[in-house]
Amino acid sequence: MTASLPPALIFFAGALLVALAPGRLRPAMTMLVPLVGGWNLWHLAQGGGLEVALFDIRLELVRADKLALLFGILFHLATFLACLYALHLKDRMQQVSALIYAGGALGAVFAGDLITLFVAWEIMAVASVFLIFARRTPRASAAGLRYLTVQISSGLLLLAGALLHISETGSPAFGAIGLGSLAGILIFTAFGIKCAFPLVHSWLTDAYPESTPTGMVFLASFTTKVAVYGLARGFAGTEVLIYIGVAMTMFPIFFAVIENDLRRVLAFSLINQVGFMVVGIGIGSELALNGAVSHAFNDVLFKGLLLMSMGAVLHQTGKINGSELGGLFKTMPVTTGLCIVGAASISAFPLFSGFVSKSMVMVAAAEEGYWIVWLLLLFASAGVFHHAGIKIPYFAFFAHDSGIRTREPPLNMLLAMGLSAALCVLIGVFPSLLYGFLPWQVHYVPYTADHVLSQLQLLFFSALAFAWLNFAGLYPPELRSLNLDADWLYRRLGLGMARRAENAWTKAEDGGARLAGRGGAWLLDAAARHYGPAGILARTRSTGMAALWIVILLGICLILYYL
Amino acid sequence: MSNKTWIEKRKNLVLMVRIFLAVCILLLLLDLVIHRHELFTWEGWFGFYGFYGFVACVTLVLAARLLRRLVMRREDYYDR
Repeated sequence: MTASLPPALIFFAGALLVALAPGRLRPAMTMLVPLVGGWNLWHLAQGGGLEVALFDIRLELVRADKLALLFGILFHLATFLACLYALHLKDRMQQVSALIYAGGALGAVFAGDLITLFVAWEIMAVASVFLIFARRTPRASAAGLRYLTVQISSGLLLLAGALLHISETGSPAFGAIGLGSLAGILIFTAFGIKCAFPLVHSWLTDAYPESTPTGMVFLASFTTKVAVYGLARGFAGTEVLIYIGVAMTMFPIFFAVIENDLRRVLAFSLINQVGFMVVGIGIGSELALNGAVSHAFNDVLFKGLLLMSMGAVLHQTGKINGSELGGLFKTMPVTTGLCIVGAASISAFPLFSGFVSKSMVMVAAAEEGYWIVWLLLLFASAGVFHHAGIKIPYFAFFAHDSGIRTREPPLNMLLAMGLSAALCVLIGVFPSLLYGFLPWQVHYVPYTADHVLSQLQLLFFSALAFAWLNFAGLYPPELRSLNLDADWLYRRLGLGMARRAENAWTKAEDGGARLAGRGGAWLLDAAARHYGPAGILARTRSTGMAALWIVILLGICLILYYL
Repeated sequence: MSNKTWIEKRKNLVLMVRIFLAVCILLLLLDLVIHRHELFTWEGWFGFYGFYGFVACVTLVLAARLLRRLVMRREDYYDR
């Protein structure tokens, strides 16, 4: 066995070194970290793991099985691409927090026990919020605080569940958990929050689009994917996940169609893609699980690519609303082309990466006889193409000419996008490259004549619908606006109730103060009556009087003593 | 000479739309040639995927328009 370190440790050490390094060296160092990590990972894959004992609990810091390794490779790759994309940054806060965040994600997927998982979970929560704060706007700060509150709540649920689970089973090991116990339900909820289950999803669509152009690329790569990993590890085959997943694929596409902020459109689309993974985990067959984790792999690449292209637009123009953009293909042709590759990948066009992974989940759903689920997933597939595949490139780069004339983004951004696009195509053309890393044996063949034809028909007729709706003027225009979502519950309803409660409290406080004031005045009066200069207790008496009283008291004592 | 790029000229746009429609029809006709290993019976119906994709997108957009009436607010809604 070759010596290897926990992957997270390399990232934490790297973050420390980057924090101390002079500004000129920092960007290059951030890129070195995932490279060194990758070399370590290669050794780790040869066999190995790391256990330590904490009191009488054995902690498995590194468990390098196929499932963990797949996510390990993915996170190293994602960090490398995102660091390349962020190479022009001079912001120490972002560089350091991004590396710690990536390290936390690696710590979580390699964690063999629930305690290590919890620690990594919280490191991710705290480190990631700085990528939102780094935007340095009041909006971003507020959104970051809301985000942090939700993430920490998820961590606390995980901790409670983990402790309960350990006390019930006597072992901290993180394996299949299931929903049979309260501990299982708590852990499931903790994962569910980070996975953006419906109604607890709005932290994602609220906060991610407020992060920096480079920060969102990191954010979209790790948190939800770690949650997907957690569900695959602990809750594979839990049927309720199928229905949760379907809801996740369905509701965001409606919001995405009417959303103006194009990075927020991608945040909705992120939930939609994670929905496909959750369905796969819920079905729980080998094909479905392979589909779920391979789609997670592909999603990080193509969603990263789309976010990079939108980040480039934001970086170059300072604008990201569909209503203010358009016509950028004239001045950003390379970015346009790379964005279209990402759009084709997420839409699962044949020869692009989404095609070889999403269909595994669809086929698994059909094989297990979930026909309603299958129809809804097909609906969502058409919807993905509609909002992510067409809307994003169309409104940013084409549509009406906004008159904005800009330039291509810095070379490092173009390179990162180019590499991501190349990987999307590579996996799409040679799916066996990805299939080789999957945790279970793959018997699935994506490229059959009928599958290719079905998918092309679905996509082309979806595009036809878009074209027709656009010509007919039925397509909802991009408007400067905001759409209510589940975060309304705490940003408006909850805040309103809190404000009302605060008002009631202030009133009660005032009343109390008045009452106390009146009572106080009465007390003061009484005290003044008794202790004041004219009060009964303030009268001065002569020494003789005192002596007389003492004599009387002594006399009484004497009499009592004799009796 | 106009300032418009190739893609902006009406003539070229019409050409692209025609090609696109031709591809759509071709894909539909391929249904008659290529045999499906369907898992559900409806997959074998002529033009099922095309029809479903079209209807899904129209439904999606029309439903989203309704949703917009329900949830759309001013941009500074939460700041007030």
